[in-house]
Amino acid sequence: MSSNILALLPEIILTITGVIIMLAEPCLRPGNNRKSLGWIAIAGTIASLGAAWYQIPLGTVHAFSNTIQVDAFSILFHFVIGAVVLVTLLGSLDYFHGNASHAGEYFALICFGATGMMLMSSSVELLMVFIGLEISSISTYIMCGFRKGQATGSESAVKYFLLGSFATAFFLYGVALAFGATGSTNLYSIAHGLETTATPKLAFLALAMILIGLGFKVSAAPFHVWTPDVYQGAPAPVVGLMSTAPKAAAFAVLLRVTFTGFPHMQHRWSALMWILAALSMTVGNLGALLQRDVKRMLAYSSIAHAGYLLVAFTALPYDGIAAACFYTATYAAMNVGAFAVITQVAGYEERARTIDDFTGLGSKRPWLAALLAFFLLSLIGIPFTGGFFGKFYVFTAAIHGNNVWLAVIGLLNSGIACFYYLRLLTAVYTKAGSDAAKLEPRNRLSVPAAIGLSLATAATFFLGILPGGAVQFAEYASHSTLIEQGRQQCAETPDNCKLPLRF
Amino acid sequence: MNIDHTILTIITFIPLAGAVLLALLPDRGKIMPWAALTITVVTFVATLHLPFHFNYSALPGTFQFEQNREWVASPAIRYHMGVDGLSMWLIVLAGFLAPLGVLISWNAISERKKLFYILFLLQQVAMLGIFVSLDLFLYYAFWELSLVPMTLLIATFGRTSNRRRAAIKYFLYTFIPSALLLVGMLWVYTHTGTFQLPDLAQLAASHSISNNTCALWLASLAFLVAFAVKVPVFPLHGWLTDAISEAPTAAVMVLAGKLGLYSILRFSFGIFPTQSRQISPLLIALAAIGIVYGALLALVQKDLKKLAAYGTLGHVSVVVLGIFAFTVAGLDGGIYATINEGIGGGAFFMLLGLLYERYQTYDIRDFGGLAARFPWMVTFFVITTLSVIGLPMLNGFVGEFLVFSGVMQSTVSHHVLWTALATSSVILTASYMLWMVQRIFYGELNFNTADVTASDLDVREHIALWPMALLMLAMGVASPIWMRAIDRAGTQIEAIVNHSGAATVNLESHNQPKPSETVPAIAQGGTN
Repeated sequence: MSSNILALLPEIILTITGVIIMLAEPCLRPGNNRKSLGWIAIAGTIASLGAAWYQIPLGTVHAFSNTIQVDAFSILFHFVIGAVVLVTLLGSLDYFHGNASHAGEYFALICFGATGMMLMSSSVELLMVFIGLEISSISTYIMCGFRKGQATGSESAVKYFLLGSFATAFFLYGVALAFGATGSTNLYSIAHGLETTATPKLAFLALAMILIGLGFKVSAAPFHVWTPDVYQGAPAPVVGLMSTAPKAAAFAVLLRVTFTGFPHMQHRWSALMWILAALSMTVGNLGALLQRDVKRMLAYSSIAHAGYLLVAFTALPYDGIAAACFYTATYAAMNVGAFAVITQVAGYEERARTIDDFTGLGSKRPWLAALLAFFLLSLIGIPFTGGFFGKFYVFTAAIHGNNVWLAVIGLLNSGIACFYYLRLLTAVYTKAGSDAAKLEPRNRLSVPAAIGLSLATAATFFLGILPGGAVQFAEYASHSTLIEQGRQQCAETPDNCKLPLRF
Repeated sequence: MNIDHTILTIITFIPLAGAVLLALLPDRGKIMPWAALTITVVTFVATLHLPFHFNYSALPGTFQFEQNREWVASPAIRYHMGVDGLSMWLIVLAGFLAPLGVLISWNAISERKKLFYILFLLQQVAMLGIFVSLDLFLYYAFWELSLVPMTLLIATFGRTSNRRRAAIKYFLYTFIPSALLLVGMLWVYTHTGTFQLPDLAQLAASHSISNNTCALWLASLAFLVAFAVKVPVFPLHGWLTDAISEAPTAAVMVLAGKLGLYSILRFSFGIFPTQSRQISPLLIALAAIGIVYGALLALVQKDLKKLAAYGTLGHVSVVVLGIFAFTVAGLDGGIYATINEGIGGGAFFMLLGLLYERYQTYDIRDFGGLAARFPWMVTFFVITTLSVIGLPMLNGFVGEFLVFSGVMQSTVSHHVLWTALATSSVILTASYMLWMVQRIFYGELNFNTADVTASDLDVREHIALWPMALLMLAMGVASPIWMRAIDRAGTQIEAIVNHSGAATVNLESHNQPKPSETVPAIAQGGTN
């Protein structure tokens, strides 16, 4: 196999899966069950995860004229994205019961979206990133409005589309400016060009534009305004996906752009990140306090979590990248798990929307309630869950980078955050009132959904109890990008080679 | 088979295994309480391994039954557990109270038993974990974990419709300072590269954690405030009354006191000895205020649970007063009083729970003249009352006497003045406790409750209360059994705090100093 194909193997497998689903869809009789298509998508996702696994021993691979770089870093994000997609697919296999007419496209779109996200995490060329960004965004725009005939769904899709396109425009403008300032859109060449550029201000402006564009995608305050509306209107499994996988991809890009593309400006952009992180945490958590709608509340919580993740950017490169990688993985595990539970509880119609609607879940469906409680506790950051170790790791990195006050802000925020998570949690465990009828009456959890939920639970649990392996891999990922950065630097300027990087 | 190196893991995780077992068992009949009782009794028996195999001639400052394995390589987190004289009896106490808590909830919890006992056992795991952890990360994990079952217990099994508010209040009050505690911990970690308490204590003794005095101060405050809220120390007690008046009896028995006090003794004093010594005047003052404030408010309460809550505030403040005097007698008395608080307070809450089971009210005005109806209950009530107010021959006296005499030995006149104020609580406590007994059990039958048919204690309740009463007596007359281990810890802490930097001197003296020998030395050495 040529190294080009090998490098993109996970993406290629997912694309082919998506195409197969699109082709198979019309062959099925209208009104028939579309579950088989879902199984194809699941098989494809597992295969692409396998391909990512296969890539680990290859080390750092460059492909497609150095636009693609497969290293431990991108493999880690491939795993996160693949796992999220897998859990979402498993959870939504039985989601469409009775509404199967457009389920085929849903499965195909998830595969295509995942392709784009994976592409984003493995490209070191900003135009390639842009292509990945578009592939993933367009799929997500469509999926947002997937419950046809619902006004909120369409509103959500249109809002997401308009603001998303706007953000992409910012990103593209930033890329253009970066090209103007440094003469390249390749991250390594940008880093090299920055040393000699005559217009450092222009370069910084380019970085700021890119930050704005990606800030939209990761819903960092003050670029977060679309998040609550979109999450509220979109179907629960889609929110589970789009609040984790595209964000993970965008964070991968953000990490590469900042630490690899603009390492010489770290003192400047880390100040920006400081502000973004503090704002996102505070705005997210304060906003969530006021919400009654569960999905809207979790939307604000995802803003806050983006803030916690941004804290990692203010740390020293080695710590920061490792912590951000680890936090992305834990956040993806717990958030996709929480939304998987909500999917099961609320069903396709989503009549259970507000916190009060969840009252009495504990006695009606004890296992689902226990899982929801577990994911909420992880989101709060209670020990022995992934959420705690993630936060711990990020804030250790921040304090190590001498950002004690940001850590104080962040941890105080996690104190505010537990207020709204607890409101949901205590509602789940109080006695049912008259509203309990809104809960999905179907009492049996389907086997695939149960598998998906247990995957998310196991991931959240193991990242909290035995984080050693994951931490090691995150550190390896961080190491691999920084080493590559050093190697590229040496290739460009052999005179002042700084290869023995200080870790 | 020698289980000395795994016993702490076994003790901590028996309740967890039990919780898993309970989750799988069907919730039918009395299966849940029986299973929970079995598990808690097994845990208690396991904790008894510690006092029987405790080595009293080990070097001071060393830990026993240690287990120390790598957990995460980077950041350097270790699975490190160990016990010394300070924590040993607290572990046994936690093990001892749990079966009694199950017994007392036998009929009181009639629905959702499964959830209740699972949460109760998880609470047990967290509590035991706190007492045995010597790695700051591990400790913090259990510390935060302890919030969750308790919050859910209050939110789900609370008495009135105020329960959700009380639960969230409890959670926030403890969680937010704990977040700052985490910052403090991480700051310490980044400066020392270790989470191990013994290593940190050594670094602290040689003043080499950091040169930045200001940052050290902030970190020590982060530690102290987080613990003080959990104790609670006046004026951080806002959560206490709500939580106590809502929480079910079994949960209240473990709610206040020992976790926070233990943490102060172990971590605040261990890692920040200099700062602890310097801040002691403030804490002494707050403790003295807390004692009087708690007792005065208890005096005017009409709700029994609230009365007990303010009483608890007073009692834990006595401990705070004792330990911050930094005399051996004060520290010994403080640790002893912590155990007393668990037993006396626990018994008191159990008895209140029994009254509530019979009459569905905690309002003192609804009771009266019950002594004739409940001869056994009134006996236990009076014994508990006498223990709480510190009558000689009962356990309360030993702790209180040591605390007050310990603080009086302090050479700081400021301390002595505050203690003079605090001793008034001896009278105040006696007044509110005895007055309460009088109003409930003596006088005429109250027409609100006269018509309710209720019987005296049954066998199960006898089984729950007798151990408490016997222990109060035993701890009152045979205190050296407990004091032997506690005094080692007290002496060690006193040495660390008062001579931080020269603590090694004390480490070299192998023979165990008796309080009577060390006390004059402290009186000369003083706290400054």
